[in-house]
Amino acid sequence: MKRFLTYSLLIAALGLTACTNPDRFGSDSLDAGTNTGTTGGIIPGSANDPASTAYFQQAVGDRVLFEVDQSTLTNQGRTTLDGQASWLLTNTDYQAVIEGHADEQGTRQYNLALGARRANAAQEYLISKGVPASRLKVVSYGKERPIEICSNEACYAKNRRAVTVLAGGLTS
Amino acid sequence: MQQLLLSLFLSLGLILTGASPNSSVAQAQEPLRIIIDEAIIEPLPVAVPAFQAESPEAGKMAVDLARVVAADLTGTGLFREIPSSAYISTISDFNASVQFADWKAINAQALVTGAVNVQGNTLNVKFRLYDVFSGAELGSGLQFSGTVDGWRRMAHKVSDAVYARITGEGPYFDSRVVYVSETGPKDDRKKRLAIMDYDGANVQYLTDSGAIVLAPRFSPTGDRVLYTGYESGFPRIYVLDIGSVQRRVLESAEGTMSFAPRFSPSGQTVVYSLSQGGNTDIYSMDINSGQSVRLTNTPAIETAPSYSPDGSRIVFESDRSGTQQLYVMPATGGEAQRISFGEGRYGTPVWSPRGDLVAFTKQNKGRFHIGVMRLDGSQERLLTASFLDEGPTWAPNGRVIMFARETQGEAGSSTLYSVDISGRNLRPVSTPSGGSDPSWSPLQK
Repeated sequence: MKRFLTYSLLIAALGLTACTNPDRFGSDSLDAGTNTGTTGGIIPGSANDPASTAYFQQAVGDRVLFEVDQSTLTNQGRTTLDGQASWLLTNTDYQAVIEGHADEQGTRQYNLALGARRANAAQEYLISKGVPASRLKVVSYGKERPIEICSNEACYAKNRRAVTVLAGGLTS
Repeated sequence: MQQLLLSLFLSLGLILTGASPNSSVAQAQEPLRIIIDEAIIEPLPVAVPAFQAESPEAGKMAVDLARVVAADLTGTGLFREIPSSAYISTISDFNASVQFADWKAINAQALVTGAVNVQGNTLNVKFRLYDVFSGAELGSGLQFSGTVDGWRRMAHKVSDAVYARITGEGPYFDSRVVYVSETGPKDDRKKRLAIMDYDGANVQYLTDSGAIVLAPRFSPTGDRVLYTGYESGFPRIYVLDIGSVQRRVLESAEGTMSFAPRFSPSGQTVVYSLSQGGNTDIYSMDINSGQSVRLTNTPAIETAPSYSPDGSRIVFESDRSGTQQLYVMPATGGEAQRISFGEGRYGTPVWSPRGDLVAFTKQNKGRFHIGVMRLDGSQERLLTASFLDEGPTWAPNGRVIMFARETQGEAGSSTLYSVDISGRNLRPVSTPSGGSDPSWSPLQK
């Protein structure tokens, strides 16, 4: 919650859109801490600091989306993951947990397994681009953690996702 | 269809526990009987006057017990209660002879009478069931003993005896349900394990809402619960002792996720799903040694396993054909037979405690259904339809199913429902907040 509030303030200060809010449900113990202090014109930890989690989330893109009942990466998803791989190879202090999610249209257990497939698809792609497997973990939330709550495809499309949640970094 | 059979068959000795204060073999001419089948039935009119207080402290309890018995019986959809305002005569002495003409005149076909005695914290409840039209007792009177605090259980035991005698079906009211209590909006939902009586009374919480908890399942003796929890940040299987609320993790191999656990009928083995490298298969584990065995080995999703009542087979879901379907395999693994062939997707199979049916969740054309089919896939019957129904669990007698219904949209929430396996009597189960993933206990001892 502390992390979420901090990001919200940073995003507001930079005039960025609210739809880039990170997931609020990462395992807190694994998340990057908040950063304080300033260095030159760059506010460490903010979205204009290329080594920050905020930059990763907003500029690189922390999530890839999937088609209904699918775990195959889309072309757009691959492009996003290329960016993530390159960022992770530059910022070697970070580890990541990839969260797989499903929309609400499915049974609970099946969606857990489907989320596992999605997280794994993203993980395998990052590994294929050179990110050491030792820096990546996967978890499935199934349909337990939607970010959009309407019951139609506009929301479902955003909920069928794999989100790369960073851990470690400057303050770790 | 409801009918009073005109045969001379008398269902005696269905329940022989407890003392029989005035055991009488009724000379019934037209025994009271409800045959439950698939057709619409007219509920049987029953009168349940306040029980007789046989000690000064028993006054309120004598009234409350009769109310719970009436609620149990009418809650099945098989009985209709005659209101006390219609009574011509009342019961003022448990042992006095009943004025059958007075009860016949108000068309009460069954009459339940009872007496209550409270001594300290001990509660004694006696009851008799009368077939009003034949003017005879149906079965012998029974007596149950328990604690004052557990008074609702005494009522459920009376109801169970009445229900079993009139329907010939097994009892189920003296049972509990463990479920996931839900609060908060869809994008910030808090989940806790909770346990309650089958009718929603006596809710107690077993975990806090600090981590996601999913799909609790009772042990065959009803004293432990398996569930999936995210306490570690990853889905893991836990076993929780209901009495002490102590829990321990069962499966925690690094780099894996485990979920969908269920006990074997012996209680010694747990069958569950384990995900590794994106692939989900079914495993079983000896609960004492922790030794596990892999039962399926395909690149498909295999999950939601459930044992047959004799422990020899497992029904589960797999998308190995391309969509979720139901399969049956030996409990030791090996070749699986597909049993679902209808339209749509099938998941969350649960083997009936009677062994004759499997209950499941079906998705078809954007709707969800709870259904039942025979183990060879024949006689599929959909019992419900809504935006999202899922996760059936069987009452101990295999006649009633509980499940969760989630409503659509931003304000969507989940509520427990029960339905008869004929598809009749769909009704919400009252819980203090939202509920999902119910698991019905065995009948209590």
